[in-house]
Amino acid sequence: MPSTILRPLALGLSSSLLMLVQAAVAADGEAIIQKGGASPAAMPCMSCHGADGRGMAAGGFPRLAGLPEAYLAKQLADFRAGRRESPLMQPIAQALSEAEAAAVARSYAALPKVNVKTGAPERPREGSGAWLALRGAWERNIPECTLCHGPSGVGVGDAFPPLAGQSAEYIEAQLRAWRGTPAQPGGRKTKPVAAVPPTRRNDPNGLMQHIAADLTEAEIKAVAAYFAGLGDTTEPFDASQHRLR
Amino acid sequence: MMITPRRLGTVLLPLFAAQALAAEPARNPRLDDQTQLPKAPARALGQNHFQPPAEADIPNNAYGDLVRRGQDLFMNTKALAPEYVGNEMNCVNCHIDRGRKADSAPLWAAYTMYPAYRKKNNKVNTFVERMQGCFQFSMNGKAPAPDSEVLTALTAYAYWMSSGVPIGKAMPGRGFDEPPLPRGGYDIARGKVVYDRQCALCHGVEGEGKKVGATSVFPPLWGKDSYNWGAGMHRINTAAGFIQHNMPLGRGKTLSDQEAWDVAAYVNAHERPQDPRLVNGDIDETRKRYHAEDGVNLYGVVVDGRKLGQGVK
Ligand code: HEC
Ligand code: HEC
Ligand code: HEC
Ligand code: HEC
Repeated sequence: MPSTILRPLALGLSSSLLMLVQAAVAADGEAIIQKGGASPAAMPCMSCHGADGRGMAAGGFPRLAGLPEAYLAKQLADFRAGRRESPLMQPIAQALSEAEAAAVARSYAALPKVNVKTGAPERPREGSGAWLALRGAWERNIPECTLCHGPSGVGVGDAFPPLAGQSAEYIEAQLRAWRGTPAQPGGRKTKPVAAVPPTRRNDPNGLMQHIAADLTEAEIKAVAAYFAGLGDTTEPFDASQHRLR
Repeated sequence: MMITPRRLGTVLLPLFAAQALAAEPARNPRLDDQTQLPKAPARALGQNHFQPPAEADIPNNAYGDLVRRGQDLFMNTKALAPEYVGNEMNCVNCHIDRGRKADSAPLWAAYTMYPAYRKKNNKVNTFVERMQGCFQFSMNGKAPAPDSEVLTALTAYAYWMSSGVPIGKAMPGRGFDEPPLPRGGYDIARGKVVYDRQCALCHGVEGEGKKVGATSVFPPLWGKDSYNWGAGMHRINTAAGFIQHNMPLGRGKTLSDQEAWDVAAYVNAHERPQDPRLVNGDIDETRKRYHAEDGVNLYGVVVDGRKLGQGVK
């Protein structure tokens, strides 16, 4: 741990230099992942996001390892600002200082990215999760997911996160968070149910929201299962290779 | 028809790579066919567009294999036919949803309209020649031979998709259904504002597009890896139609006619690979011969003190 190495060393240093060293330690992304931030409310990330940063499917805790730095930093800012609601993550994001948020985003981005084996074009069956992922539903203005989330869902650039490497639980939860649920009028024997407004409202230019809103519950389940099933190969990412549509 | 843009000079265009393309002899004497398609008939009220057959209906025999190969080539042109593609584009980038989407020049509305006779030059063009044109201009590449495996597979794919379309009958949904030029014309500076807000996230601030490994995901809109100055998309009117129906991706039909024209003009006011028909290395001559009457375009027009049409390599 850097902190245990640095502390005895720092004893002999002047006080101003000591403060500098402490500031650097405080914004050490690795340390935040394992031990939490300076505020006790900023709990160690690995307790939910996993020791290797690959998330935990059962809790709906997403993979953070290898996600783009700018995307991670944006999500932390969105949790803080309430554009993305989560009873678990919002207090944690709010407890991180700006420097801590930046450092932890950098550390997670530096971990291995998800990789999916390349192969021949898939032949998806109409109505399946693979169909939505690879063909979309253009009659509803839904492009294939892989057109924005990259071939095999490995992500594109800073703004389009990978879907491969995420669990079905997490993908489903995010699609529902964007969609919300419409109000149900009361019947003779049923009480009316109030609408739940979307709890995730942070997609740039509304690129994602209308897609989630137009998916049926069955489609959400199917497409989430498709991406969750892509796995994560140990093969290194070969940038010279084409990934076919 | 040539409409002079208002306030052309107000926009700060990025510095173009200055090197001009050396005069290249025309590679193919038939290189003249990216001309404007005739306006498609309107759809009758309440009538749906033609529904092409489903992918699952492609038969499992040698014919089906050829059709599937055509679809693969259409979607992965650069990866599967690199010898014919000179940029980072795939057919599907402009012919959305595997060439099936209405108002995105769908293949099912095209196939049965060929061979096409053009009165203007008393010529007949075949379907294969039309696709060769897309290879030479849209893909800035080299046309495969008419009897090549690539064009045979692409033709089979288009033929299959057109099952049920009457021969020679113009279908609603053909071409890009271009919006009319707004009364005040278009404005490149306003187009840049639309671009930076709604397009740059995917296509890049410099129009360069985005890749994953070797594969282009968001196609380039200008520069050396995009369509060339001879491509149909270089017409502002054609690009305005494509953009209004299909962009921002998944949010088609959200831009007004004015926004679509402005942003199409901004995109097409940037340098791209030279028109392969370049006449005697001279932009003005090439404009006179091929661009002056080709819809609304900026080839050979001076924008912000620079004459467009220099080409980039
Ligand atoms: C108590 C469990 C818990 C802890 C501890 C935790 N998280 Fe989270 N995190 C979650 C949950 C749950 C979500 C999904 C929230 C949602 O549904 O939107 C999440 C989501 C995220 C996301 C969004 C990921 C994406 O793909 O969009 C980021 C970024 C993130 N957490 C960062 C952190 C960081 C950094 C820490 C440590 C400082 C941390 N988390 C600690 C539970 C936790
Ligand atoms: C037009 C582009 C586009 C398409 C198509 C698209 N998405 Fe997205 N999606 C986005 C963007 C942008 C984000 C990130 C939003 C943000 O900044 O928080 C996103 C985020 C997501 C997330 C959250 C990921 C995370 O780590 O929290 C999920 C899940 C998702 N998309 C699923 C899908 C599925 C399933 C499809 C296909 C049915 C799809 N998307 C199609 C643009 C798109
Ligand atoms: C940069 C965008 C772009 C790309 C890439 C592209 N095309 Fe086109 N294509 C066009 C335009 C523009 C037209 C003419 C439409 C018009 O004038 O309204 C067209 C027309 C066509 C037509 C005739 C349509 C009709 O209704 O008669 C066919 C067939 C065609 N393209 C096939 C292809 C094939 C095959 C490829 C890949 C080798 C391809 N295109 C790549 C833009 C493109
Ligand atoms: C969410 C990402 C995204 C956004 C935002 C977006 N595009 Fe695209 N654009 C694409 C993709 C992906 C394609 C190719 C579609 C395919 O291959 O199926 C494309 C294709 C195009 C093409 C035809 C291909 C080419 O390279 O010439 C043009 C022109 C274009 N877009 C212009 C625009 C304009 C103008 C805007 C803003 C109004 C815009 N796009 C916004 C993703 C996007």
